[in-house]
Amino acid sequence: MSKRSTEPLLWLLFSAGGVVAALLIPALLFLFGLAFPLGWVSPPHYAHLAAVLGHPVSRLGLLVFCVLALFHWAHRFRYALYDGLRLKHLEGAINLLCYGGALAGSAVAGYLLLTPW
Amino acid sequence: MTGKAQYTQFHPRWYRPRVPVLWWLRRRSYLLFVLRELSSVFVAWFVVFLLLLVYAVAQGPQDYQRFLDWSAAPGIILLNAVALSFVVIHSVTWLFMLSPHAMAVRLRGRRLPAAAIGAGNLVAWVLVSAIVLFLVLG
Repeated sequence: MSKRSTEPLLWLLFSAGGVVAALLIPALLFLFGLAFPLGWVSPPHYAHLAAVLGHPVSRLGLLVFCVLALFHWAHRFRYALYDGLRLKHLEGAINLLCYGGALAGSAVAGYLLLTPW
Repeated sequence: MTGKAQYTQFHPRWYRPRVPVLWWLRRRSYLLFVLRELSSVFVAWFVVFLLLLVYAVAQGPQDYQRFLDWSAAPGIILLNAVALSFVVIHSVTWLFMLSPHAMAVRLRGRRLPAAAIGAGNLVAWVLVSAIVLFLVLG
Protein backbone atom coordinates (compact mmCIF):
# COMPACT_ATOMS: atom_id res chain seq x y z
CA MET A 1 0.00 0.00 0.00
CA SER A 2 1.37 3.39 -0.91
CA LYS A 3 1.75 6.16 1.65
CA ARG A 4 -0.90 8.24 -0.06
CA SER A 5 -3.63 5.64 0.38
CA THR A 6 -3.13 5.25 4.14
CA GLU A 7 -3.59 8.99 4.78
CA PRO A 8 -7.45 8.98 4.77
CA LEU A 9 -7.52 6.07 7.24
CA LEU A 10 -5.04 7.82 9.53
CA TRP A 11 -7.04 11.03 9.29
CA LEU A 12 -10.23 9.13 10.17
CA LEU A 13 -8.56 7.67 13.28
CA PHE A 14 -7.23 11.15 14.16
CA SER A 15 -10.68 12.64 13.77
CA ALA A 16 -12.55 9.96 15.73
CA GLY A 17 -9.88 10.12 18.44
CA GLY A 18 -10.31 13.88 18.63
CA VAL A 19 -14.02 13.49 19.31
CA VAL A 20 -13.72 10.81 22.02
CA ALA A 21 -10.81 12.67 23.67
CA ALA A 22 -12.74 15.95 23.70
CA LEU A 23 -15.84 14.33 25.22
CA LEU A 24 -14.30 11.93 27.76
CA ILE A 25 -10.97 13.24 29.03
CA PRO A 26 -11.94 16.52 30.81
CA ALA A 27 -14.34 14.83 33.27
CA LEU A 28 -12.09 11.81 33.92
CA LEU A 29 -8.91 13.85 34.26
CA PHE A 30 -10.61 16.37 36.55
CA LEU A 31 -11.74 13.54 38.86
CA PHE A 32 -8.62 11.36 38.95
CA GLY A 33 -6.03 14.07 38.35
CA LEU A 34 -7.27 16.85 40.64
CA ALA A 35 -10.51 16.22 42.59
CA PHE A 36 -9.50 12.92 44.24
CA PRO A 37 -5.80 13.71 44.91
CA LEU A 38 -6.62 17.15 46.35
CA GLY A 39 -9.44 15.80 48.51
CA TRP A 40 -12.24 17.83 46.89
CA VAL A 41 -14.20 14.62 46.31
CA SER A 42 -13.59 11.32 48.07
CA PRO A 43 -12.37 8.66 45.62
CA PRO A 44 -14.64 5.67 44.85
CA HIS A 45 -14.24 2.53 46.91
CA TYR A 46 -12.17 -0.24 45.37
CA ALA A 47 -15.16 -2.60 45.09
CA HIS A 48 -17.20 -0.06 43.12
CA LEU A 49 -14.43 0.79 40.67
CA ALA A 50 -13.54 -2.89 40.26
CA ALA A 51 -17.18 -3.65 39.47
CA VAL A 52 -17.38 -0.85 36.87
CA LEU A 53 -14.08 -1.83 35.25
CA GLY A 54 -14.94 -5.51 35.53
CA HIS A 55 -17.87 -5.14 33.16
CA PRO A 56 -16.95 -6.20 29.60
CA VAL A 57 -18.76 -3.23 28.02
CA SER A 58 -16.76 -0.63 29.95
CA ARG A 59 -13.49 -2.45 29.20
CA LEU A 60 -14.29 -2.68 25.49
CA GLY A 61 -15.31 0.98 25.50
CA LEU A 62 -12.07 1.98 27.22
CA LEU A 63 -10.05 -0.04 24.71
CA VAL A 64 -11.71 1.71 21.75
CA PHE A 65 -11.11 5.04 23.49
CA CYS A 66 -7.41 4.26 24.12
CA VAL A 67 -6.72 3.14 20.54
CA LEU A 68 -8.47 6.14 18.97
CA ALA A 69 -6.89 8.63 21.38
CA LEU A 70 -3.41 7.20 20.74
CA PHE A 71 -3.82 7.47 16.95
CA HIS A 72 -5.17 10.98 17.45
CA TRP A 73 -1.93 11.83 19.27
CA ALA A 74 0.22 10.11 16.64
CA HIS A 75 -1.28 11.99 13.72
CA ARG A 76 -1.36 15.42 15.35
CA PHE A 77 2.06 15.15 16.98
CA ARG A 78 3.57 14.04 13.68
CA TYR A 79 2.40 17.20 11.96
CA ALA A 80 3.37 19.32 14.97
CA LEU A 81 6.93 18.02 14.58
CA TYR A 82 6.88 18.52 10.79
CA ASP A 83 5.62 22.10 10.93
CA GLY A 84 6.32 23.34 14.45
CA LEU A 85 9.95 22.23 14.62
CA ARG A 86 10.54 22.16 10.84
CA LEU A 87 11.53 18.47 10.90
CA LYS A 88 9.99 17.28 7.62
CA HIS A 89 13.35 15.80 6.61
CA LEU A 90 13.14 13.32 9.52
CA GLU A 91 9.87 11.89 8.17
CA GLY A 92 10.83 8.22 8.52
CA ALA A 93 11.93 8.45 12.14
CA ILE A 94 8.93 10.62 13.11
CA ASN A 95 6.43 8.23 11.50
CA LEU A 96 8.05 5.31 13.31
CA LEU A 97 7.92 7.16 16.64
CA CYS A 98 4.32 8.31 16.25
CA TYR A 99 2.48 5.42 14.60
CA GLY A 100 4.81 2.82 16.13
CA GLY A 101 4.16 4.34 19.54
CA ALA A 102 0.41 4.33 18.94
CA LEU A 103 0.51 0.67 17.85
CA ALA A 104 2.61 -0.33 20.87
CA GLY A 105 0.32 1.59 23.22
CA SER A 106 -2.74 -0.03 21.65
CA ALA A 107 -1.18 -3.46 22.18
CA VAL A 108 -0.55 -2.68 25.86
CA ALA A 109 -4.12 -1.36 26.23
CA GLY A 110 -5.50 -4.49 24.57
CA TYR A 111 -3.44 -6.72 26.85
CA LEU A 112 -4.57 -4.86 29.99
CA LEU A 113 -8.23 -4.57 29.04
CA LEU A 114 -8.93 -7.85 27.25
CA THR A 115 -7.17 -10.38 29.47
CA PRO A 116 -9.49 -11.71 32.18
CA TRP A 117 -8.81 -10.41 35.71
CA MET B 1 22.77 15.94 -31.82
CA THR B 2 26.07 15.60 -30.13
CA GLY B 3 24.49 13.97 -27.08
CA LYS B 4 25.94 16.59 -24.82
CA ALA B 5 23.54 18.54 -22.65
CA GLN B 6 23.65 22.29 -22.88
CA TYR B 7 23.88 23.78 -19.41
CA THR B 8 23.31 27.39 -18.66
CA GLN B 9 26.19 29.30 -17.22
CA PHE B 10 24.47 29.92 -13.92
CA HIS B 11 22.85 27.11 -12.01
CA PRO B 12 19.26 27.93 -11.11
CA ARG B 13 18.48 27.96 -7.42
CA TRP B 14 15.28 27.26 -5.56
CA TYR B 15 13.70 30.20 -3.81
CA ARG B 16 13.48 28.97 -0.25
CA PRO B 17 12.92 31.61 2.37
CA ARG B 18 14.52 30.59 5.66
CA VAL B 19 11.97 29.94 8.39
CA PRO B 20 13.35 29.99 11.93
CA VAL B 21 12.52 27.06 14.22
CA LEU B 22 10.70 29.40 16.61
CA TRP B 23 8.45 30.90 13.91
CA TRP B 24 5.38 30.19 16.03
CA LEU B 25 6.43 32.68 18.71
CA ARG B 26 5.98 35.58 16.31
CA ARG B 27 2.23 35.93 16.56
CA ARG B 28 -0.45 35.10 19.09
CA SER B 29 -2.47 33.14 16.54
CA TYR B 30 0.59 31.05 15.62
CA LEU B 31 1.25 30.34 19.30
CA LEU B 32 -2.36 29.29 19.87
CA PHE B 33 -2.11 26.95 16.89
CA VAL B 34 1.00 25.26 18.32
CA LEU B 35 -0.54 25.02 21.81
CA ARG B 36 -3.64 23.40 20.28
CA GLU B 37 -1.52 20.85 18.42
CA LEU B 38 0.53 20.16 21.58
CA SER B 39 -2.68 19.18 23.41
CA SER B 40 -2.29 15.80 21.68
CA VAL B 41 0.75 15.07 23.89
CA PHE B 42 -1.46 15.40 26.97
CA VAL B 43 -4.15 13.23 25.36
CA ALA B 44 -1.48 10.53 25.07
CA TRP B 45 -0.39 11.14 28.69
CA PHE B 46 -3.97 10.65 29.83
CA VAL B 47 -4.12 7.26 28.07
CA VAL B 48 -0.98 6.24 30.00
CA PHE B 49 -2.48 7.56 33.27
CA LEU B 50 -5.76 5.71 32.63
CA LEU B 51 -3.99 2.44 31.83
CA LEU B 52 -1.97 2.75 35.07
CA LEU B 53 -5.27 3.12 36.94
CA VAL B 54 -6.80 0.11 35.15
CA TYR B 55 -3.69 -1.95 35.92
CA ALA B 56 -3.76 -0.94 39.59
CA VAL B 57 -7.45 -1.85 39.95
CA ALA B 58 -6.79 -5.18 38.20
CA GLN B 59 -4.02 -5.97 40.71
CA GLY B 60 -6.14 -5.40 43.82
CA PRO B 61 -7.09 -2.95 46.61
CA GLN B 62 -3.48 -2.32 47.76
CA ASP B 63 -2.34 -1.36 44.28
CA TYR B 64 -5.39 0.87 43.86
CA GLN B 65 -4.48 2.67 47.10
CA ARG B 66 -0.88 2.98 45.91
CA PHE B 67 -2.14 4.53 42.65
CA LEU B 68 -4.21 7.07 44.63
CA ASP B 69 -1.19 7.96 46.79
CA TRP B 70 1.06 8.27 43.73
CA SER B 71 -1.45 10.51 41.94
CA ALA B 72 -1.46 12.83 44.98
CA ALA B 73 2.30 13.53 44.67
CA PRO B 74 2.85 17.26 43.94
CA GLY B 75 4.61 16.57 40.63
CA ILE B 76 1.81 14.36 39.34
CA ILE B 77 -0.88 16.86 40.43
CA LEU B 78 1.02 19.63 38.63
CA LEU B 79 1.39 17.50 35.50
CA ASN B 80 -2.31 16.64 35.53
CA ALA B 81 -3.29 20.29 36.09
CA VAL B 82 -1.25 21.29 33.02
CA ALA B 83 -2.69 18.31 31.10
CA LEU B 84 -6.25 19.29 32.03
CA SER B 85 -5.80 22.84 30.78
CA PHE B 86 -4.41 21.56 27.45
CA VAL B 87 -7.23 19.02 27.12
CA VAL B 88 -9.81 21.74 27.77
CA ILE B 89 -8.19 23.79 24.96
CA HIS B 90 -8.54 20.68 22.78
CA SER B 91 -12.19 20.12 23.74
CA VAL B 92 -13.24 23.74 23.20
CA THR B 93 -11.44 24.14 19.88
CA TRP B 94 -12.48 20.70 18.62
CA LEU B 95 -16.15 20.75 19.63
CA PHE B 96 -16.97 24.41 19.00
CA MET B 97 -14.48 25.77 16.48
CA LEU B 98 -13.36 22.89 14.29
CA SER B 99 -16.10 20.30 13.89
CA PRO B 100 -19.06 22.71 13.43
CA HIS B 101 -17.29 23.99 10.31
CA ALA B 102 -15.70 20.73 9.16
CA MET B 103 -18.84 18.60 9.42
CA ALA B 104 -21.46 19.00 6.71
CA VAL B 105 -24.61 17.61 8.31
CA ARG B 106 -27.59 17.70 5.97
CA LEU B 107 -31.17 17.61 7.14
CA ARG B 108 -33.88 17.45 4.46
CA GLY B 109 -31.42 18.64 1.85
CA ARG B 110 -30.29 21.66 3.84
CA ARG B 111 -26.97 22.02 5.58
CA LEU B 112 -27.27 22.50 9.33
CA PRO B 113 -25.75 25.81 10.50
CA ALA B 114 -22.44 25.58 12.40
CA ALA B 115 -24.06 26.95 15.57
CA ALA B 116 -26.52 24.02 15.65
CA ILE B 117 -23.67 21.48 15.46
CA GLY B 118 -21.78 23.37 18.18
CA ALA B 119 -24.88 23.29 20.40
CA GLY B 120 -25.27 19.56 19.75
CA ASN B 121 -21.63 19.03 20.71
CA LEU B 122 -22.17 20.96 23.95
CA VAL B 123 -25.12 18.71 24.82
CA ALA B 124 -23.02 15.62 24.02
CA TRP B 125 -20.14 16.91 26.18
CA VAL B 126 -22.41 17.56 29.17
CA LEU B 127 -24.14 14.19 28.72
CA VAL B 128 -20.91 12.19 28.45
CA SER B 129 -19.41 14.01 31.46
CA ALA B 130 -22.56 13.25 33.49
CA ILE B 131 -22.33 9.56 32.55
CA VAL B 132 -18.64 9.52 33.58
CA LEU B 133 -19.46 11.13 36.94
CA PHE B 134 -22.30 8.65 37.48
CA LEU B 135 -20.15 5.62 36.62
CA VAL B 136 -17.12 6.69 38.68
CA LEU B 137 -18.88 8.10 41.74
CA GLY B 138 -21.79 5.69 41.62
